[in-house]
Amino acid sequence: MAKKVESEGALTWKDLEVGCVVRDPGNASQYKTGDWRSMRPVVDKSKCIQCGVCYIFCPDMAIHKTEEGYFEADLYYCKGCGICAQECFTGCISMVPEEE
Amino acid sequence: MGKRVGIEVSIAAADAVKMADVDVVAAYPITPQTHIVEHLSELVANGELDAEFIPVESEHSAMSVCCGSSAIGARTFTCTSSQGLALMNEIVFIAASLRLPIVMILANRSLSGPLSIWNDHTDVMSVRDCGWIQVFTETGQEVFDHVMWAFRVAESQKVSLPVIVNMDGFILTHVIEPIEFWDEETVKQYLPDFKPLNVLDPEKPTSVGAFGMPDIYTEAKMAQNDALLKSKPEILKAWKELGDLTGRYYKPVETYKTDDAETIFVTMGSIGETVAMAVDELREQDKSAGLIKLRLWRPFPFDELREAAKGAKQLIIIDRAISYGGPGGPVASEIRSIFYGEDNMPAVTNFICGLAGRDVTPDDYIAMFDKSQKMLAGKVRQEDYVFYGVRE
Repeated sequence: MAKKVESEGALTWKDLEVGCVVRDPGNASQYKTGDWRSMRPVVDKSKCIQCGVCYIFCPDMAIHKTEEGYFEADLYYCKGCGICAQECFTGCISMVPEEE
Repeated sequence: MGKRVGIEVSIAAADAVKMADVDVVAAYPITPQTHIVEHLSELVANGELDAEFIPVESEHSAMSVCCGSSAIGARTFTCTSSQGLALMNEIVFIAASLRLPIVMILANRSLSGPLSIWNDHTDVMSVRDCGWIQVFTETGQEVFDHVMWAFRVAESQKVSLPVIVNMDGFILTHVIEPIEFWDEETVKQYLPDFKPLNVLDPEKPTSVGAFGMPDIYTEAKMAQNDALLKSKPEILKAWKELGDLTGRYYKPVETYKTDDAETIFVTMGSIGETVAMAVDELREQDKSAGLIKLRLWRPFPFDELREAAKGAKQLIIIDRAISYGGPGGPVASEIRSIFYGEDNMPAVTNFICGLAGRDVTPDDYIAMFDKSQKMLAGKVRQEDYVFYGVRE
């Protein structure tokens, strides 16, 4: 709906396309859903077995594998739904209120 | 210029739409707009107009079709009244926010209830804030000219906004007037081909009408408001060029005997001519009366109105609609707020009259003038509007 910027939150009213037309298909990746979140997932690496079940269950594909082999949520997209913490076999993911 | 003919204004309006060479007409018949739509469907059926006439099942569909056709770059026209406008309301707002240059004639009629088919401005005031350019006409000639003008302004790439041309139901739609038609050469000169800013095209896919989160909505509204405000120079330019071609120069605010007037009537639409007769009569009685006719309603012509009312001590604002339980008529409440706090702020009285086609004669306006003088001997508050002529 606008010229490319790092996030929607950086757009001014002058940056918008006429009529808010979306010109580049697949631009949902620019869409910040992270600010919906009231709780964020925090991983206790000492308990994590790197199984990736959190990655499989994340409904928004917001979890990715790090170089060390652990899995972490991209907080630009993570809505804080808590499904990863629910599904985690070892209970290494805890949901922490954002204000903490 | 073309020839001058005696013709029903609705038929002339449809002929103007034909001469503007529209691509798509999507409309649903409703009194008092019916003759416009009927004549357009005849023109298409007879092969005189090469356009798609889409006989939709409702006005909601009419405006939806208009959005679709305008988005693919087709010159698009629709027409409605009253309940029809109410039914299409949802899409009317969307058309403006999508910046689609649709032209709509609104044959002004009162909203139900009680059910009424006659003329006032309650329908257009229900979409006051829809984001369309909105203009009022006073005569059949003005309707004809403003069809051309509306397409010219709407489709300007500097504007790209839809336009409502208001014409009073029956008082204009169903009367026969002498109207000077444009010749084809003049239309061609005035109205270039439609070159849309955005086109829905499978080869270059775009999404139109996506949703906007709280994060973007305020910016989208600011941009939309800015576009409407910035349409003003194009509006003026289109009137100037129309004047150069036809000799009829239109202005956002028309004035009649206002220069030295102490008391000025403010009207919109066809009643302007009647009030002008009352002003002449008042002048003969040595009463200092004048008349302002608001032609452009959105974007609102703030500066032109201030200039026209300069030096006036009183404004008598005629409203043909009411904001129930609110500040009286919509025209009066806006104009009062424009002048509030300004130096030499004129006193305002507000008369709501001519609802659902009830006749208002020059004598009635003279009576309003006299009543205003009496009212203004005391304090007149915003809520002291008058239902003129109501039986008590």
